[in-house]
Amino acid sequence: MALSLEEVRKVALLARLQFTEEELVELTSQMGDILKYVDQLSELDTEGIEPMAHAAEVQNVFADDIQQPSLPREVIMENAPKHDGKYYRVPAVLGDE
Amino acid sequence: MKLKMTDSTEQKNGSLPYEMIIGLEVHVQLKTETKLFCRCSTKFGAEPNTQTCPVCIGMPGALPVMNRRAYDLAIKTALALDIGIPHFTKWDRKNYYYPDLPRGYQISQFDLPLSEGGKLEISDPKGGFKTKNVGITRAHLEDDAGKSLHDEASGKADTRIDLNRTGTPLLEIVSEPDMSSPQEAKGYLTELKLLLTYLEVSDCNMQEGSLRVDANVNLKIQNGNETVYTPIVEVKNMNSFRAVERAVAYEAKRQYTVWQETGLVKGQLPKQTRGWDDSAQITRAQREKEDASDYRYFPEPDLCPAVITEEEIASYRATLPELPGAIRKRLQGDFDLNPYDADVIVNQGQGGVDYYEELAKECGDGKQASNWFQQDVLRKLNESETTFAEFSLQPSRLAGLLLAVQKKEVDTTRAKDVFGVMYEKNLTAQEGMKELGIEQVDTSALSDLCKMLLEKNPQVVEDVKSGKKQAVGALIGQAKKANPNVNPGEVRKVCLDLIEQG
Amino acid sequence: MSILEYSATELKKKLEAKELTSVEVVTAYLNQIKEYDGEIRAFSFVNEEEALNQAAEVDSRRKRGEKVGLLAGIPVAVKEVLATEGQKTTCSSKMLENFVSPYNATVVQKIKDEDGILLGRTNMDEFAMGSSTENSAFGATSNPWNTDYVPGGSSGGAAACVAADMAPLSLGTDTGGSIRQPAGLCGIVGLKPTYGRVSRYGLVAFASSLDQVGPMTRTVADSALLLQAIAGHDRLDSTSANVEVPDYLNDLEKPLAGLRLGVVTEHFGEGLDEEVRQAVNDSIEVYRSLGATISEVSLPHNKYGIAAYYLIAPSEASSNLARYDGVHYGYRADEREIWQELTEERHRLVADGDERSATSPLVKMYCKTRSEGFGAEVKRRIMLGTYALSAGYYDAYYLKALKVRRLIQKDYLEAFKEVDLLIGPVTPTPAFKTGEKTGDPLSMYLGDLFTVCTNLAGVAAISIPCGFSKDGLPIGLQLQSPQFHEQQLLRVAHMYQTQTDWHIKRAPLAS
Repeated sequence: MALSLEEVRKVALLARLQFTEEELVELTSQMGDILKYVDQLSELDTEGIEPMAHAAEVQNVFADDIQQPSLPREVIMENAPKHDGKYYRVPAVLGDE
Repeated sequence: MKLKMTDSTEQKNGSLPYEMIIGLEVHVQLKTETKLFCRCSTKFGAEPNTQTCPVCIGMPGALPVMNRRAYDLAIKTALALDIGIPHFTKWDRKNYYYPDLPRGYQISQFDLPLSEGGKLEISDPKGGFKTKNVGITRAHLEDDAGKSLHDEASGKADTRIDLNRTGTPLLEIVSEPDMSSPQEAKGYLTELKLLLTYLEVSDCNMQEGSLRVDANVNLKIQNGNETVYTPIVEVKNMNSFRAVERAVAYEAKRQYTVWQETGLVKGQLPKQTRGWDDSAQITRAQREKEDASDYRYFPEPDLCPAVITEEEIASYRATLPELPGAIRKRLQGDFDLNPYDADVIVNQGQGGVDYYEELAKECGDGKQASNWFQQDVLRKLNESETTFAEFSLQPSRLAGLLLAVQKKEVDTTRAKDVFGVMYEKNLTAQEGMKELGIEQVDTSALSDLCKMLLEKNPQVVEDVKSGKKQAVGALIGQAKKANPNVNPGEVRKVCLDLIEQG
Repeated sequence: MSILEYSATELKKKLEAKELTSVEVVTAYLNQIKEYDGEIRAFSFVNEEEALNQAAEVDSRRKRGEKVGLLAGIPVAVKEVLATEGQKTTCSSKMLENFVSPYNATVVQKIKDEDGILLGRTNMDEFAMGSSTENSAFGATSNPWNTDYVPGGSSGGAAACVAADMAPLSLGTDTGGSIRQPAGLCGIVGLKPTYGRVSRYGLVAFASSLDQVGPMTRTVADSALLLQAIAGHDRLDSTSANVEVPDYLNDLEKPLAGLRLGVVTEHFGEGLDEEVRQAVNDSIEVYRSLGATISEVSLPHNKYGIAAYYLIAPSEASSNLARYDGVHYGYRADEREIWQELTEERHRLVADGDERSATSPLVKMYCKTRSEGFGAEVKRRIMLGTYALSAGYYDAYYLKALKVRRLIQKDYLEAFKEVDLLIGPVTPTPAFKTGEKTGDPLSMYLGDLFTVCTNLAGVAAISIPCGFSKDGLPIGLQLQSPQFHEQQLLRVAHMYQTQTDWHIKRAPLAS
């Protein structure tokens, strides 16, 4: 499947990444190579094969609904790039919700 | 764009020129102590960002573990909604960027939800719409995002983020587009909320966000020989059932007007999201996300699937209480109530139903019990702002009063006073009547009193004789003044008998 | 013998016999780090003061006759990807350069509970994505055997520090070979346990369904020791297995009678370096001489492993790394620059009459933050994974890969009906030169040919030194076992080390 620059640009937005035009061109070619390589999977008939999303056969894992202490707010905020001591702060989200 | 509404068309035809198609997505916060994937508290109203931990703020390396109780409550709710429980369910990641979603994905369920295909019967005893079953497409268990506080004034200052709510367990209940009026939409929500209250799975508090509703609305329009459908619009931001009713009604009119102007039909526009503006009473288009909802769902590798056996489903089913729909039918059958009365009682919740049933059984008259329940008990309950559990006047005591009324030991008007005194002073019916000096007037005393009144009022006797029986009414007041304990009906009967006897 | 020459197991005995103190051991390793890590750059952080304090504390407890843990007094190096309370947990990324973890990964907690000494944090490919440790935001690690060569990756620092005698025990993580490949290229032992054997709680996720923590050590016995300390069920990790942990140390010396080894046909095809082929064949002969039955087995879908892996791992990574958005922790782009770029964009759009498509400040903050915070390889994999999961491509790429993964797993199940363990090379070639493959990501990916299927199937595997190339670079031998057969894996690997001395050879460090 050939990959276009426009597709890569769209994926970049979806992934919240930005690239220069130059980077985009290189990325398109690299991703194109990789996709060409992985296209060998289409040789395989996988009709009726159950997809394998987990490596372990573990099921029904639950925890009891018993409260445990949360982290102190100071500790959390110490790692935040921008905060006012109570809230995280981000650039205005203009009527986006 | 300013819309011109088409009320005139509707009035002219007497009915709407279209059919509404409404489906509802309800998010219900499940009543757990802790979050879905970590053990932080879910309590509402805490200081911002004080109920978080590495798991719910999505710190590097932290992993989710499913809350047992949230899963149990979800299964219980699904069973109550008559939804099928598949033996295998799994969770998926729904990927999107938003500052109140710290992991960058919501853990939800995509193709194998924990329940699929149910129904909820809705009805309106006042006759606003016909009783119908609303299909439930699915119900699935997912976690909530946090809260974003926007700068409403200028829109330019930073948005503030509080992650206390992040990770709260939600059950999303998706209906089929089976509702065709705002009344039905409201009826569905009311019935759903009632059911959830009976199940004790959620607080259903819309103000605190523990019940949230999104509506999918479009129209079916008969355009000559052709049937057309308007594009589906998802309406959000409705903070009461009343708002849902209004938003849906508004949206239908708006879509009709737009269709008349543009002729655009379903498929010609992508699904649009609009927000309900309660102060302006209109819906407004919401800003489209840059990358129109490519959520890239895939199986959540950090969580295991859940499997459930028929035996386990049966044991969940055994824990279900009797549900509102069944109780309504049973009350109508057992106590000869009409649908309206049964509905009022069931709407009071399990405590109300229990109270009514004991009252009705002990007094032996379902209708009388229903009247007293609806008029006196509910009024007192509202005045005192208490619940049935706290209500001091026991149904067995109240039944004593109702029996006294039946035996004509006290008339209905006086009985209301007795009710008041029983409630205030925590008395039995007999004690209450005694407190108010109510005694039974014996037959000869009553007869003497009536004779005396007839002698004093020859005109009344004349009138009755000439066929105006209602003239006797004038004597009842006088009789009560002479002896407050007399029963007005008895006075009337004895007087008429005496006049007839001459 | 000097302290540095002892294996961890030997150190344990000396410490227990009170012939050595932990302070002496830790000091010796700290000195070695000071002397050689300037050149190797295996550590991103050396926990000098705390390590010495901890060592003194363990020594005094031992002196008082109190009970001490399994790893008492032995230094352990921890890969940057494992959350450690109060320490920077950077994942060798600019994104997390200043992130201080408020909690311990379960494995780190277990090391502490067993009185192991946290010696420092080891360099790695950013977010464990890479096979050379060249993708670290803080500089590449060198191979101690020849510093012109890469140590492998992503656990390159973890491997190099053991190879250069800067730590006796080291924790690595393996998503597609990230323990075994650097172990092979650095001439040490690396064990990737069965998926679920060791808790992932606190292991910063690259690909959640593939990641595992495991030991990297000089000897197989040392790996058994470290695995003993970290294995086991963890209620904080839903995917951790509730399977009993056997005593890995007890039966280690028992030789395995009737051992059946399977040589994977597909591992000996084109592209396998002649020297590697020879070394592996020689090792097979060692086992034959020990009485093992050798037979050829086929993993017919092995050749699709890389393709499936490089769809599944980036897909999961694209989602796992979405959390690095500049909001809650980690790097955020400079706010003035954000607004400046937005202004420039607006001018451009106004000129084009296309104002409506303007980027919102929030989206701009995300994009700029992530583009500046992540390195090229991480971004490449996020892009690849995002693409593979996106509408219209999910079925053809991601879902297809999950189905092929199932076929790969079935191959293993079939093979293990015939043989006890699989034997073969770890990598197609010995270590390559720094910079040799950086421009060609695909050729780098193809080096993972023999390791990725282990992770896809969730089975266990170990890499042990089995020879050297003419250039003096180590060659690794890989043994793979069914799920939860680590005990057997360790015993069989140990058998080899009783017969050979490859693991005794030390890297020629220039001082």
